[in-house]
Amino acid sequence: MTSTLTRRLGLLLGGGIALGLNATAGAEELRIGYVAPTTGIFAQVGKDMVDGFQMYLDEVKNDFGGAQVKFIVEDEQAKPDTAVTKAKKLILQDKVHMLVGGLLASSGYALAPVSTAEKVLYVVPVSAADDLTQRDLAKYPYLIRTGWSSSQPSHPFGQWACEQGYKKIAAIGADYAFGYEVVGGFQRAFEACGGQIVQKIWPPLGTKDFGPYIPTIRADADAIFSLMVGPMSLQFPKQLAASGNKKPVIGGGTSYDEFVLPSMGDEVIGHVSTLQYSAALQNPKNEAFVKAYRAKYGKVPSYYSETNYTSAQMIHQVMKQNNGKFPGAEAFIKQLAAAKYDTLRGPVTIDEMRNPVQNIYIKKVEKKKMFGYDKDELWNTVIKTYPNVNQFGQFKKEEFLATPVYNRDYPPCKFCN
Amino acid sequence: MNWNFWLIQTFNGISYGALLFLVGSGLSLIFGVMRIVNLSHGSYFLLGGYVALSVIWTTGSWLLAIPVAAIAIGAVGLVMERVFLRPLGFDPLRQVLLTVGFAFLFQQAALDLWSGNNFDINPPDVLSQSIAVGGVYLPLYRVFMIATAAAIGIALWLAMEKTRMGAAVRATVDDAEMARGVGIDTSRISMLIFALGAFLAALGGVIGGAFLGIYPGLDFEMLPLAFAVVIIGGMGSLGGAAIGALAVGLADNFGKALILAIKPTGLFGRE
Amino acid sequence: MITSMSSHPFKILLVVVALAAIAVITPGTNSFVILLVTRALAFSILVMSVDILLGYTGLASLGQAAYLAVGAYATAILATRYHIGLGWDFWLVLLFGAALGAALAAIFGFLAIRATGVYFLMITLALGQCVWGLAYRWNSLTGGDNGINLRDRPKFGIDLANEVTFFYVVFGVFVVSLLAMYTLVRSPFGRSLAGIRERELRMKILGYNTWLHKYIAFIIAGAFGGLSGVLWAHTAGIVSPVNVELPTSVDALLMVVLGGSGTLVGGVIGSFIVFGLREYLSTLVPWWQYVLGVVYVATILYLPTGLMGIPERLRQWRARTGNRGEARKLASATP
Repeated sequence: MTSTLTRRLGLLLGGGIALGLNATAGAEELRIGYVAPTTGIFAQVGKDMVDGFQMYLDEVKNDFGGAQVKFIVEDEQAKPDTAVTKAKKLILQDKVHMLVGGLLASSGYALAPVSTAEKVLYVVPVSAADDLTQRDLAKYPYLIRTGWSSSQPSHPFGQWACEQGYKKIAAIGADYAFGYEVVGGFQRAFEACGGQIVQKIWPPLGTKDFGPYIPTIRADADAIFSLMVGPMSLQFPKQLAASGNKKPVIGGGTSYDEFVLPSMGDEVIGHVSTLQYSAALQNPKNEAFVKAYRAKYGKVPSYYSETNYTSAQMIHQVMKQNNGKFPGAEAFIKQLAAAKYDTLRGPVTIDEMRNPVQNIYIKKVEKKKMFGYDKDELWNTVIKTYPNVNQFGQFKKEEFLATPVYNRDYPPCKFCN
Repeated sequence: MNWNFWLIQTFNGISYGALLFLVGSGLSLIFGVMRIVNLSHGSYFLLGGYVALSVIWTTGSWLLAIPVAAIAIGAVGLVMERVFLRPLGFDPLRQVLLTVGFAFLFQQAALDLWSGNNFDINPPDVLSQSIAVGGVYLPLYRVFMIATAAAIGIALWLAMEKTRMGAAVRATVDDAEMARGVGIDTSRISMLIFALGAFLAALGGVIGGAFLGIYPGLDFEMLPLAFAVVIIGGMGSLGGAAIGALAVGLADNFGKALILAIKPTGLFGRE
Repeated sequence: MITSMSSHPFKILLVVVALAAIAVITPGTNSFVILLVTRALAFSILVMSVDILLGYTGLASLGQAAYLAVGAYATAILATRYHIGLGWDFWLVLLFGAALGAALAAIFGFLAIRATGVYFLMITLALGQCVWGLAYRWNSLTGGDNGINLRDRPKFGIDLANEVTFFYVVFGVFVVSLLAMYTLVRSPFGRSLAGIRERELRMKILGYNTWLHKYIAFIIAGAFGGLSGVLWAHTAGIVSPVNVELPTSVDALLMVVLGGSGTLVGGVIGSFIVFGLREYLSTLVPWWQYVLGVVYVATILYLPTGLMGIPERLRQWRARTGNRGEARKLASATP
């Protein structure tokens, strides 16, 4: 039957490409398939992602160590099944050497099995779902992350919170997996050094009116830890301030990331958060990046742009090692995981579970002028750096993996009321 | 949970209800007069916010943004009704689908015109403060929302009850055929009501924008809420819309607060 | 509205030829196109069920995606948690999905059928939203917004992971569904549905229990929706709340209107067009959303009977101009 024959041919061809046996490449072309939401409600984030990657490509004139990069962007519309369809199109029709991208955790979880089934490299710059490189790692041998895992910054942050003298903290986070993981990581770390999480509030994703929640925040908490995303990040600090809050506010990286920071007001000055990047990082690479990005795209880059820029750089470095010839998915992953990178977010390496090991920055919101821009703006000034943080932080990998993935009820709230 | 807590929750619920009244009253009127389920109503809400942003960016005046945005979107509603809805005649399904088609078009256009960044409308500082009343902090902006909704509500009620136009509208809501029989120009009324609905929704968007933010997706998030207001309050009735809005606002607030109070792990959480 | 897919042999022949063409041509194209066609076919089962409600019973529902979701989530949960449905029991899961869809429709129908027209629209909208909310919040069951990942497609002698094989299976189920629905609408029950659509009062006077008829039609639509959901879950391998959000229900309705309600195959044509635009055109140009929007608006405004109604409209238009020509001749002939 023709279907079996076609299938055999397809496998052969696919296998051939994967093993790099296709020697008739000529001026080598590296086809990178990029999946991001370019329409729909996440279109701006998708645009930032693509812009970040594209900016790096423009800087090296699409030349990755001798290979010409063909950058094909497909719209996943923030729908997981569309992401799968587009990924298959990129793999089967465009014959890309690697897949990059995916925004939401659901997209990451949708694309990962495709990479396994089609034996195609999948580089993950944004999707931070913990288990992709933890308990589910074995299912996805072709996946490698160049961004972060949700709880990665929270572990040192919990430590930092103890150092500030906070004893009791009330946590409020968006009610979905990402929220659970960021808050969970913080709780584990904070309680490990003697702190107590006395409350966990979970407003549903998309909440804009925090009226029902803010008055319930425990009066005896020393500080408030918030994990907000998108529009929630804008509204929560405003409403918190309007309710007369005097407690210090700290939070996850997305609560104050540069994607939302420009639209925030003075109520967030002094708020502290944590992430592997801040646009206010004082190093020459980052300064050049922020200036160039603003000149080209009219805004300060957020971590969505930075992580894609850095991912492009990492891919470039590996391609250079191979003189522009794509060495096949398995070899590429090995090399990508083995190399050391000097990026604009600092030094980066990859751990044995294919997640980055990198600096985690504790940053505080300040209003000032930076990088030669003549207006006062809100910036996430770095106040402390924790170097070489991996996804398990200060905890042992085996113990960590023996416990369940962070969810609504884990770690359990021992000190709640 | 002491008195203060319930007081704050009630206040919050009422202020949220005020916003919902602005959105829902327009939808209720549109349905009452034209029997159209306007699924692009959320789009008018969002577009109102976006237009207000543009006004604020160019002129720096928040005060100016309010009427400009509302009138601009009201005009869009007018055009929609005249050019697209009227030719369909009385065909509820096709009208609904048309409004949906436009909702998608509006969404894409908004993305192209204003980008997909999350925006915030910043009211003048004086409104961003809170007043302390007996131990509780009442954000002034919420007071403003309640005041505005009340003012609009009264204005609408006066127009409905005390003017000839209002009487004509009420007649059309009760029985369109009879109204026509008595010589009322129902098609003109339809046009005006649709424009008014869009106007009110846009007003809600400007005022709500400082409270909810302005971002893609807000249009479809407001839609079910607006419908809840109309269903609970009864279609075509202003008073009903007010009651419905209040009910939804309070229920939303208290529902969540109660769930938190009774079961801190939430409805579906486990201990 | 086209009142019936008439037994005109020509029309049937056309449909058969079209189906045969799909079956033969698709496997020869590349895997991406095969996947698209498979998705369109799986979704078409839901769309046809919407047509049963809209075109044949006169009920416009904005919540049919709920039944697709129920079937899809059931498939995903059974496959990932209990390892059911990945072998020969795939067929059992198919039936189970349909049964679940029917059960949900039985519950919802009880609440909704008493309403008519726009009120029915709103209630079905609200019910659909409830299911969406559940899918979103009930994290422990549905995985919340992460969704549930089905890692493999079923294997029973043949491996459905192969796109072509899967296409044939979906195509087969689609054809069976189409035949089943066709038989239904041509049956006495189907005729009474059409009667209810035309003039419910008259049917009531004639002694028909219209409520029961509508209720049964609603349950049948729910069953097919659930069936569609099982297939849908396997096309992409991931089920998430996106599958049950309002735009999905609206999509189905718009596809029916686009193709022509009351024709069954009209919805299928609509489905192919929308999928083609959304998933194929989107790979070519960034402004495909406008094209889709304009297509919708233009169809609603100018083609009330949808694309399938074009031949009829052409005939009418020709007849009208023909008559006018005749009348003019007569008029000018008289002295």
